[in-house]
Amino acid sequence: MSELKLMKGNEALAEAAIRAGVDGYFGYPITPQTEIIEYLMTERPELRTGMVVLQAESEIAAINMVYGAASTGKKAMTSSSSPGISLKLEGISYLAGAELPAVIVNVVRGGPGLGTIQPSQADYFQSVKGGGHGDYKLYVLAPASVQEMSDFVEDAFDIAFKYRAPVLILSDGLIGQMMEKVVLKPQKPRMTIEELIEKYGDWAVTGKKGRERNIITSLDLQSEKMEARVRRLMKKYEQMEKEDLRFEKINCDDAEYLIVAYGSSARISQKAVELGRAKGIKVGLLRPITLFPYPKKALFDLADQVKGILSVELNAGQMVEDVRLSVEFKVPVEHFGRTGGIIHTPEEILEALEQKIIKNGSIRHHKTRESSIL
Amino acid sequence: MEVSDIIRPENQVFCKTKLMTDNALSYCPGCGHGTAHNLTMEVIDEMGILEDVIGVAPVGCSVLAYDFMNIDMTQAAHGRAPAVATAISRLWPEKYVFTYQGDGDLAAIGTAETIHACNRGENIVIIFVNNGIYGMTGGQMAPTTLAGMKSSTSPYGRDIETMGSPLKITELIANLPGVYYVTRHAVHTHKHARKAKKAIQKAFENTRLGKGLSFIEIVSNCNSGWKMAPNESNIWMEENMFPYFPLGDIKVDGILKK
Repeated sequence: MSELKLMKGNEALAEAAIRAGVDGYFGYPITPQTEIIEYLMTERPELRTGMVVLQAESEIAAINMVYGAASTGKKAMTSSSSPGISLKLEGISYLAGAELPAVIVNVVRGGPGLGTIQPSQADYFQSVKGGGHGDYKLYVLAPASVQEMSDFVEDAFDIAFKYRAPVLILSDGLIGQMMEKVVLKPQKPRMTIEELIEKYGDWAVTGKKGRERNIITSLDLQSEKMEARVRRLMKKYEQMEKEDLRFEKINCDDAEYLIVAYGSSARISQKAVELGRAKGIKVGLLRPITLFPYPKKALFDLADQVKGILSVELNAGQMVEDVRLSVEFKVPVEHFGRTGGIIHTPEEILEALEQKIIKNGSIRHHKTRESSIL
Repeated sequence: MEVSDIIRPENQVFCKTKLMTDNALSYCPGCGHGTAHNLTMEVIDEMGILEDVIGVAPVGCSVLAYDFMNIDMTQAAHGRAPAVATAISRLWPEKYVFTYQGDGDLAAIGTAETIHACNRGENIVIIFVNNGIYGMTGGQMAPTTLAGMKSSTSPYGRDIETMGSPLKITELIANLPGVYYVTRHAVHTHKHARKAKKAIQKAFENTRLGKGLSFIEIVSNCNSGWKMAPNESNIWMEENMFPYFPLGDIKVDGILKK
């Protein structure tokens, strides 16, 4: 049965993990995501579904526990916040290299260093450009509501098992800590090993029984084999771009100006769009739901329609680089963001759009047009 | 009797366990890893638990353990095998889960994972091969390198003042309540190998009975890293390693020996 509840984002995610039939959660406390492990420990999911919840000695141990669980075909996840995710990156790289399905949640706080415990989106680069060592990418889901904190757990595991690859849910302290109503999905049973083998193949290490041994490793000392592995990974990422890109367009049909924002920035920008529309500014919002794959084509096409784009992020300017690459400099693209844990207001965003894009951008845009005509 | 008669299968009194693959071992001739692998596989074969065994390979010389052990294995990041094994054991409590780790892996980079898996009393077996050196990277100082012992990163000998003393991690973890069985062995002679095999068997029996963590240290040689001939390295090991890392049981059935 579905259930309507008022919950914190972190709690909704934790409850969704139990309901999605996750086998194991391995975590370590860090603000602002500690409610996830607290909720799981309080809920006693071992009694509800048999799910294992373990507090590890470090973020490093936690991600390697996920690696172990995932090696055996189990649905395993961990969560942390920015400094903790930095520690997990070696393990995440191993998960990608060894082609293991797993879900990692980052409830982002401000950095660098110990930074701040307040919300931030400063881990965009780390999330979408690899982060750990080697040639790999993560499929990155960016929830913008408590509902999506809940829904994306199951979505993330579906993708993780479809591709045998780690998936990142990139949230932030705002979405993690705020309370909203959420419709919780009904309880799903945990997957048996027979179901796993039937649906995803017999690849996991579960004991050599009636088959050749299975091995999970990311090591290929022979260069040709390692290159083949890297190519196999790249193929997955191409397929993700074709089949599993997700984004949302709001008020874009007649838009003359565009805001691009994800997660909490998208929620706030949606209000800025409303304020702009009330003032007669035809502004729309493109919200990438997946940050990899990225809605490059949608942005490229919109660049033919709009006069300028503002990338709104809770950081010093990271996603703006991907917006510029996507539109191939067809229109001016500027960044607006706050850092240090300060959250921009809708009014600030609208003002930034007016100052950076409508006022300045249209002049530059006009000049570019003239020269391109000449 | 002709040679062809002697080598007939029914006349064989000993053969390689079928749980070792036919892949050529990547270890240097004279190294103890091959024997330690073989003993572990013999125990698994003789106990008839192959279908329920999951092994965890480390980083180091034995990173390729899965190339030689014909069982289901996963390869862990450097030092993290006890964390990997923890999750496997928790999710598959009916399985026999073991890690196979060297001294750099277990007692340096993986110290935290080792101590905490031991302290939680995970129902796993840890096989710890201690040869006092980083073999795979070419003979650097390990946490268990003896005082005064030369390596490529202690070229004038390990200086206790600046480099610390060789770490007796086995004695350290033996004091943790979650640890059920701790013992130290060698595999360079038949006599030692037989004892080591018995210990490995006892460890897997402990897993079967759900007794908690069993920890077997195997003090071994690294003739290449120590820059000695194989036999010379074994003599050196007996004369220098064994006094500092004495062989024998340290904790049996949850009770400390000394």
